[in-house]
This record gives sequence, C-alpha cells and structure tokens, in this order.
Amino acid sequence: MTYEPKSLKVVGTRPVRHDGPDKVTGRANYASDFTLPGMLWGSILRSPHAHAKVISINTDKARAHPGVKAVITGADLPLPPPGVTQAGESAINTQHLAKNLLARDKVFYDGHPVAAVAAISEAIAREALGLIEIEYEVLPHVIDVDEAMKADAPLLHDDLFTEGVEPRPETPSNIAKRIVVSKGDIEKGFAEADIVIERTYTTKAVHQGYIEPQGCVANYAEDGQAMVWCSSQGQFVIRDLCITMLGMEASSLKVIPAEIGGGFGGKTTVYLEPLALMLSKASGRPVKMTMSRGEVLRATGPHSGSSMTARIGAMKDGTITSAEVVIKFQAGAFPGSPVGAAVMFCSAPYDIPNLSITGYDVVVNIAKVHAYRAPGAPNGAFAFETVLDELAHELKMDPIDFRAKNSAVEGSKSPYGPTYGPLGGIECLSSAKNHPHYKVNLGPNQGRGVASGFWINIGGQSAATVVVNRDGTISLVEGCPDIGGSRASLAMMCAEVLGIAAEKVRPSIVDTTAIAFNDVTGGSRVTFATGIAVVQATEDAVRQMRERAAKMWDIDVDQVGWRDGAAQEMNGNRSLTISQIAQKAAKTGGQIMGHASINASGAGPSLTTHLCDLEVDRETGKITILRYTAFQDAGKAVHPSYVEGQMQGGVVQGIGWALNEEYIHDENGRLENAGFLDYRMPVASDLPMIDAVIIEVPNPNHPFGVRGVGEAPIVPPLAAIANAIYDATGVRMRDLPFSPPKVLAALEAAEKAKANG
Amino acid sequence: MARVVLSGDLGRRFAGGEVEIRVEGSNVLRLIKALEGRYPGIAEVLESDAMAVAIDGIVYQDAMLEDVGAESEVYFLPAIRGGR
Repeated sequence: MTYEPKSLKVVGTRPVRHDGPDKVTGRANYASDFTLPGMLWGSILRSPHAHAKVISINTDKARAHPGVKAVITGADLPLPPPGVTQAGESAINTQHLAKNLLARDKVFYDGHPVAAVAAISEAIAREALGLIEIEYEVLPHVIDVDEAMKADAPLLHDDLFTEGVEPRPETPSNIAKRIVVSKGDIEKGFAEADIVIERTYTTKAVHQGYIEPQGCVANYAEDGQAMVWCSSQGQFVIRDLCITMLGMEASSLKVIPAEIGGGFGGKTTVYLEPLALMLSKASGRPVKMTMSRGEVLRATGPHSGSSMTARIGAMKDGTITSAEVVIKFQAGAFPGSPVGAAVMFCSAPYDIPNLSITGYDVVVNIAKVHAYRAPGAPNGAFAFETVLDELAHELKMDPIDFRAKNSAVEGSKSPYGPTYGPLGGIECLSSAKNHPHYKVNLGPNQGRGVASGFWINIGGQSAATVVVNRDGTISLVEGCPDIGGSRASLAMMCAEVLGIAAEKVRPSIVDTTAIAFNDVTGGSRVTFATGIAVVQATEDAVRQMRERAAKMWDIDVDQVGWRDGAAQEMNGNRSLTISQIAQKAAKTGGQIMGHASINASGAGPSLTTHLCDLEVDRETGKITILRYTAFQDAGKAVHPSYVEGQMQGGVVQGIGWALNEEYIHDENGRLENAGFLDYRMPVASDLPMIDAVIIEVPNPNHPFGVRGVGEAPIVPPLAAIANAIYDATGVRMRDLPFSPPKVLAALEAAEKAKANG
Repeated sequence: MARVVLSGDLGRRFAGGEVEIRVEGSNVLRLIKALEGRYPGIAEVLESDAMAVAIDGIVYQDAMLEDVGAESEVYFLPAIRGGR
C-alpha cells in the first residue's frame, strides 16, 4: 500500500484509548492475575555461581516433600534438534534456548535455572528448592567484554569458534562473531581530513526495566492439549518457542495474551512458560509461575554492556570524510547480542563516504542478553555522537549545523547498503535549531547537549479481522499485544477507512487460535505493519458492505460508493448506514467480516534529534536534568498523544541508562544490585516534563504515511547527556553511567590536572 | 540485469571477494537461483531467516516473490531485531 495525501477525520486526533479505563481502574488483567482451580505454584532453583560445572543434582528429598507434586531438571528437557527458530522478528538458537531454560552440565551465570518444582503453595515450592542438593565445581568467570576477548580468558563454550573471520579459527574463544560494515577507503578519507578524533567508550549491562515481572499459568491436559496464559510481546512467539522446546504440535497449544506491563524487547522470548508446561504435564494440575524482581534482573535478558572505539575525521568546512568504529558487545551466556544493529546504525543519520565499522559478539558470564528498545543503537550512538560533538567544538561549528551539513537525505547510501527513501533527519535538526529550547541562556554549571539517532523500524507478519456488528459498531480482532497504545491507533485507522468515530471500533487482542500468526510487538512495527493489515481488512469489509447495499438496492456494485460510515448511491440520494446493512446481513449473504493477513515491507526509518539541558552539582556529582526536548520524524502520528508518550518513555529510559543504571557484580560474579532500590531507574520526581516535537515526513509505503516511533527515542539520550556534561563542566566523560561518584571523580581529576598545568 | 550487493563476509566466502555482481532474475527467488548457479552454497545463506533483502531501498524481512527490475539495486543484509 502506498501513501496518498488525503483529508483525515480520525487519524491525527486524540481520542481516549480503548483500554484506558480498565488500566486506570485496575480492572485490566495481567499475567499474575490469573488463577485456576487446583492450581500449583512453580518455583525455580537458580545457580549461585557465575560459572560452574554441575557435578550432580539430587532431587530425592524435594520429591519426598508431601506438598511437592513435580520436580524437573535439565535432564527432563531434551535438547531440540539444532537450528534456529524464527521467533517473530528474532532468530533464536533452539539448543541455546533449551540450555538457558534449564542448565545441564554447566551453569553460565548467577541466576541460571537448574531445577524447578511445583507445589501446593508458593511457600512450599520455595521451601522445596532448599531440599534439592547440587554439587558444583566452580570455574573462573569473566564478565567484562574486553577481558572476555583475551586469549587467556575463562572459556565459556569449548565448541564456540568465531564466525566472520577467515580462515576459521582453530581454537575456540568467547568471540562468537565478527561483523564488518564498510564502504570507500577509510585511510584515504582520514588523509583528506583536517582533524581526526579517536575516543574509547564503555557502557555497562542494563535491564529493560519493565514494571511487570514475567508470569504465566500453564495447564497441560491428559490428551496433550495445553493452554498458557502469559504476559508477552507476542503470543505466537511464545507458542512457537514452547512447542519447539517440548516437541508439541502448534494446534495443541493455545497461548492467551494477558495485558502486558512493559516489555521493551525483553518479553519476546520464554523463560517460564516451557517450565510451567512441563511441571503441569508432570503433576496433572495447572501451574502458576511468577518471577521476583531479583529473578528478573538476574536471569532475564539484560542489554549488552559494551566497549567501543570511534575515530572520525572531518575537513575544516565541517565535511566528515571518514569514520572507523570498533564495537564489542556482551552477548551473555550464549551468542547473539544486538551488535549488528550498533554496527549498521551508529553512523546511519549521516552520509559519510568512507566507513569501516566492526562489531564483536562476545559471550560472558551474565544472563543471555535480549532485545532492548532499538537494540544496540544507543551504545553505538553514544560513541559516534560524542565524537561528533568534540569535532564540532574543535571546528568551532554549531553542533546542529555540523550534523546538518553531513546529514543523510533521500537518495543517500545507508551505511548498511540500501539507498534511503524520504528521511526526516534534516527536518528534525532544523526544528531543534529553531526551537525556543535551543535559545535559552544557561547558568553556571549548566550545559546543553545535542545528539541525533536512527532506528530502521521493521514490517513483518500481521493479520486483522474486522467484524461488522448489527448495531453498526465494529469488533476489530488483532494479534499484537498492546504495549504503547496500538489498540487506539489501529482502531483509529479502521475508523478512518469506515468514516466513523474511533469509539465505535472496539479492538481485541486474541489468542493463538483466533487469528493467523502475528509477529511480535517489536521493531516499532505494529502501527505500521498491523496498521496496513487493519486498513486492508477494513477495506475488505467496506467492499462487502457496498456489495450488500447493491443487492438491497438491486443495482450494480459499481454504482455504490462509501462515505462517512455509509454506502452511498452514486447516481441517487439513497444511503445505507453500517447498521442498516448489518441488520440485513442474514438475508444478503451472511455476516460481514473483513480479513487481511500480510507480511508488510517498506517500514520507514525514524530519525530523531534531542536537546538536553542539565546542571552538575560540583559538591555531590549529582546531575539534574533541567529541560529535555525530543524531535522525531513519526511519518504520520496516528494518535499524537501516544507518539509523544513513546518519545517521552524512550528519553526517560535513556536518561536512566546514562545517569544511574548498571549491573554491578561482586568478585564472584554475583549480581549485587538485583532490585529497584539498588538498580536505580528514574522516577517521575527525578525528571522534568519531557517535551516531544513530532515531525511528519510521510513514509511512502503506508496508506497514512506511518513510520514506527517506539525505539528511536532511546537512541540519542546517552550522547546528549554526555555532551551536555561537557558543556556544563568542560569535562568529557566516556564511561557510563554518569553516576554521582563517577562525576565527582571526573571533576576532581580535571581540577587536579588543571592545577598541575 | 540487477545489481546485487553482498556483504564483505559473503563476498569473501562465496564470490572470491566480489561484492557487487550483475545477475539476471525478475524476482528474488530467481535471483537467488542464479546466484546459486554461480556460487554454490550461497542460496542456503541468502534464504535463511537471518537474512533480509533490500530492493531499491525497501527492506523485506522475508522476500521471495518480490519483483526485481532490470536496473534494481539489491542488497542482502542481516535481518534486524527490534525491542519495542
């Protein structure tokens, strides 16, 4: 479907979201709200070691406990055949997933599951874990990515040989993969530069920080049919991963989506669901499992910590001639970090003729990392955008003008290959430059930072059904969990096509037996891709209603148009509303339903530019964000409030990542801050209102011009804050997070260096 | 003939270091078939779920029957994960 400018009545307005009342009154049902008669509680025994051999597991005492109904270990979960399961947009190595669900001969991180029990109460389940006897042989561990790449580092997997290097290494290492994106001749480009700056950066592992921990209820019946109720970013992916792990048929497992209390990429895989199914099968009773916050932080995929070096050269007039970046990502216990996205997108806002960007995917002794909002892109942008800031200062150019001079535009070659279509990068920069925020004078110890970001956005598989009810209301059936207001935006697109109010369309997110496969809610894809499916399904329903009206009027369907929620006779004055057509449906051919099932392509990338003002307390090192404005190309904001919400949410997560969030491990590799008191996420009182300025450069591949918006806003904050700290203090900080002790130490070091001349 | 661009890794692995190749094929399926004829083994990689295809700037996560023009620019690139 292609974009056509048109006058819109619903798209672009701000109706109350359909799920709003349930969520603000507490009626919405999340995963932990479900219970079933006879239900057992499942609990997981986790490794206390970062790296150890499992010598033996004895579950006899736990099984003998009268309240315990089932106990499972890795021996009960046979490895599936080697391969990769397409879990929606993510490719998951099935054997690694099985080993992550329940350890076998080795544990690879603090919190790695080793056994699980189902008991008649949560307390007994936890008590029974203490009855399981495990003998470990503790091994040396490694968590830092640079340390893990060394030849003498503790080796996690003796069958891991680096992909992407020729010839293939003869010895195993922790480096799973090397990825290179290049174009032009970087040394020629650096020779043309008048100034070259090279800097090294580090970031720590951070968590998605969704408020709702993972939870599920599983019920495995004697005839092999099973159901799972859970919170996820995609019920179909949960189903497909479970059946792959357990050797079930797709039609034997129904996954029912609960409301989701945040995901940010972290809920596109399974941790509990296969175990709950196994325990339910073994006990013959429904089993409920929920994670504590500590379990979430220890054992669900955080985002990679990283180590990066960026070298960028520019001419005196501000033209960037060359860039070389090396990016190393923690993958966690098994290969598969998002370093590829960091490699492809760190320079993507710019048109640079000579590039070489290399990425390394490195296994370390923390939980297997998983997707986190624009996975990988914020790390890369942190390095790239701060070197750009240094170059702008050295060249005495305005940082926005410097970026605009090098900005990618329609027709530019992306660093990852394809030629760009329409892009909003220049528009974001121009809007930022002209915004009142950029003109406000700052006081002592206050600074302003600028950074841009890019996220590619994706399409993917989506299905939708539009059911026309007798009273003229519409039931919109879809299969993508709503994590950012997508119910509202999809209902609005349906309403726009029908010519009725959004409130007349009631969206439902249904289970895996009620609609065709949908990819996960991820990749900023739902409003774009499922939106196209909804538009097509609605157009199908409109076509059917025009045909029914033609039958009722006994005229040719070509003589029937559609306007404002009604069939219109083109050569006459007659009209029939949706309700009038639906009430006669039984006599004109049966109930009316529009369908669409698509694989959408042509998602438009999102460009964004952020302005951050902050103040540094020189006595405590505390940083206070004074003002923050995000400018982002949304293509078309279907519901501007939820686009603004996405922009604000991404910024806030980025601020937390920049200022406080980090995984802290003790000398034994145990996570020391596995709770929200010590893993410090921003709260409302920490922050000012985040201003969101929506730019609309239509995506030519969507009927309303929509681009994804959810991920791009987390990309620039790390660099914007680093650049603002420099503006406030004259100190460049390059190691995240910029927590008060580190800021204080950096300021004191700078003072000492100044005093020593 | 379409202009097909491989990543450096794929070029080294299958095409003797070549990364830009002119290939006949009116859709992705036929294009990959032609590439396989020239570079045995490459089809399995290009058709895997880990790869996406960009045709004239539009990225397809699961391309097979998409049209390829005589002057099209076709990139094979890693499929992208997302987190939102």
